Amino acid sequence: MKNNMLKIKKLSAGIEGKKILNNINLDINEGEFHVIMGTNGTGKSTLGNILSGKDNYQISSGDIIYKGESIIDLPPEERAHRGIFMSFQYPISIPGVNTMHFLRTAVNSIRKSQNKEEIEPGKFIKIFKEKLELIGLKNEFSKRSVNDGFSGGEKKRFEIIQMLLLNPELIILDETDSGLDIDALKIVAEGINTFRTKKNSFILITHYNRILKYLNPDYVHVMLNGTIVKSGDKNLALELEEKGYEWIK
Amino acid sequence: MSKTTKQQIEDITSSEYQYGFTTNIKEDRIPNGLNENIVRTISTIKNEPKWLLDWRLKAYKHWLKMPEPKWSNLHYPKIDFNDLCYYSAPKKKKQLQSLDEVDPELLATYDKLGIPLNEQKMLSGVAVDAVFDSVSVVTTFKETLKKAGVIFCSFSEAVQDYPHLIKKYLGKVVPYTDNYYAALNSAVFSDGSFVYIPKGTRCPMELSTYFRINAANTGQFERTLIIADDDSYVSYLEGCTAPMRDENQLHAAVVELITLENAEIKYSTVQNWYPGDKNGKGGIYNFVTKRGLCKGYKSKISWTQIETGSALTWKYPSCILKGNNSIGEFYSVALSNNFQQADTGTKMIHIGNNTKSTIISKGISAGHGQQTYRGEVRVMKNAKNARNYSECDSILIGDNCGAHTFPYIDIKNSTAKIEHEATTSKIGEEQLFYCNQRGISTEDAITLIINGFCKSVFKELPMEFAVEAQKLMEISLEGAIG
Repeated sequence: MKNNMLKIKKLSAGIEGKKILNNINLDINEGEFHVIMGTNGTGKSTLGNILSGKDNYQISSGDIIYKGESIIDLPPEERAHRGIFMSFQYPISIPGVNTMHFLRTAVNSIRKSQNKEEIEPGKFIKIFKEKLELIGLKNEFSKRSVNDGFSGGEKKRFEIIQMLLLNPELIILDETDSGLDIDALKIVAEGINTFRTKKNSFILITHYNRILKYLNPDYVHVMLNGTIVKSGDKNLALELEEKGYEWIK
Repeated sequence: MSKTTKQQIEDITSSEYQYGFTTNIKEDRIPNGLNENIVRTISTIKNEPKWLLDWRLKAYKHWLKMPEPKWSNLHYPKIDFNDLCYYSAPKKKKQLQSLDEVDPELLATYDKLGIPLNEQKMLSGVAVDAVFDSVSVVTTFKETLKKAGVIFCSFSEAVQDYPHLIKKYLGKVVPYTDNYYAALNSAVFSDGSFVYIPKGTRCPMELSTYFRINAANTGQFERTLIIADDDSYVSYLEGCTAPMRDENQLHAAVVELITLENAEIKYSTVQNWYPGDKNGKGGIYNFVTKRGLCKGYKSKISWTQIETGSALTWKYPSCILKGNNSIGEFYSVALSNNFQQADTGTKMIHIGNNTKSTIISKGISAGHGQQTYRGEVRVMKNAKNARNYSECDSILIGDNCGAHTFPYIDIKNSTAKIEHEATTSKIGEEQLFYCNQRGISTEDAITLIINGFCKSVFKELPMEFAVEAQKLMEISLEGAIG
């Protein structure tokens, strides 16, 4: 039997008194790829933010169990240290902070938390350039500032590079497919696929199934008004495409 | 849930000052108070020529007639200029012949500050003049520099050894009539540094002056005068610290720079005077007049300042671009944390043709800190083809601080091209969360974001000091995070 990676138990949460998530239950095992679909404003991104530990949300009830332990009181950096990664829907720019320096700081923070040695700058440059090439970005990218002046596609590719370098186990992909042209979509999907192992689990949040034909997910869930209303295999996504979200309502 | 980001920011921005210790050393000090006799006493202690005493007295008389300036955006109780000591020096037994004769207590102090004065231990390629309270205690690498023809010594020595140079240039860029604090300084200045770079010489090492205020209830009034003759170059750095004391202390310096034809002075400051405690008690009042005259054709003066200390900062390093094709630059990072207030900026006065100036100012406010940028770009009637680019950015950390910008632009020649950009932003919770999500602690994330914000200024500093400046920003923002 496969080990459990993430267990969301009866989770209800909101922001500034407004209830957004309503009694969410979800089980994700090691190596599984889950997709959460739904229209705008149903709480998909809120779920991603709460899983990765963003404050200013209030959890009114329920629990989040990650690898057998509740993480509900852990700050975001500690969740990252334990292997949770989120690819942001709108990655924010940090002017003047070099992409490579930023990533090396992140990688070394995580390594430090695991009592591993820091990676030397020279060695890091080499690894970073390999990943750039894999994701189809030029070497000059290493000289730019984090997300500063990036096109929508560059931002999403950079998120995937970060995933590859930080080596997480639970990956939340928040609309990683939006804003990508068809070529970029393929490259990003390939990047994700190279990272799929028997150990790593994924949650992809999306509106559309266009990326799904490259990804072959195990489960598809439909979210409506802050709760999961329907779950199934990848055929559910196809059915949804055909019949629209109205069909669920 | 986790401790809120806001709480973490508060923790991080409330840290302790590292250089707050005092040195236990016997002082020679004169009685408190300010009058003609005090001015004469200082001049006598310094064994000065009559012309210099006369100049001091003229400055003093002028100061008496001047009102204290009130136009800045700084708020502080009235300073009682009669309740200060204007001269305090570590007691010494005899004239120093070498470093071995410097009081070990003083050497230990500078070691503790990270400025070893022992030449073997020093950063190679940097000569230091160490000013302790009212006097220069030692200048290193003097002999090495002499071989290159470079004069680097304390101001007092220069008055004795190079009176013709002092007489020729003193007060030529900042006359004693210039402003209230310049007049006060001219009357009571006690020491400082003097640099002369001869024609065609590139100074073989970085020069630096390290200012330390130690004695209680004492003002520090030093003057720096740097002259770069035709086709010469020098890079000069000053650093400043003071012990933690409950009362406020006054520091009013004057710096004058002169570049002749095709000469360049790069002047960098890392100012880390005691900023006062978390509640705004104590700290240095820093009223400084710094000005450079680009006298010669194609001459250049570049000011870079990292201002993290002082309870009050009142400082506008400026350039008078008199020579045709001369260049003035001002790069500044100023940080105000807790209850610190800074009113700082620059003036670029374009007089010659084809003169160019650049202003990059980065203000960081945290805690209850208040940050004001005040800058003036003036193009005179006959200055053809003047160019200026100004960029003033402010960043706010937390909800209780403020940033203010007052740019003055005065253009009298229609061929001028002036650009001005200004932004104010808040260190975003989104940026912090993004870093946190990548495993970076809030403390490291703030440092990362602030260093990114300051990058365009840090890169102007000499290499060793750029690293130093980054560390200083970390210390100024760092604190125990729960």
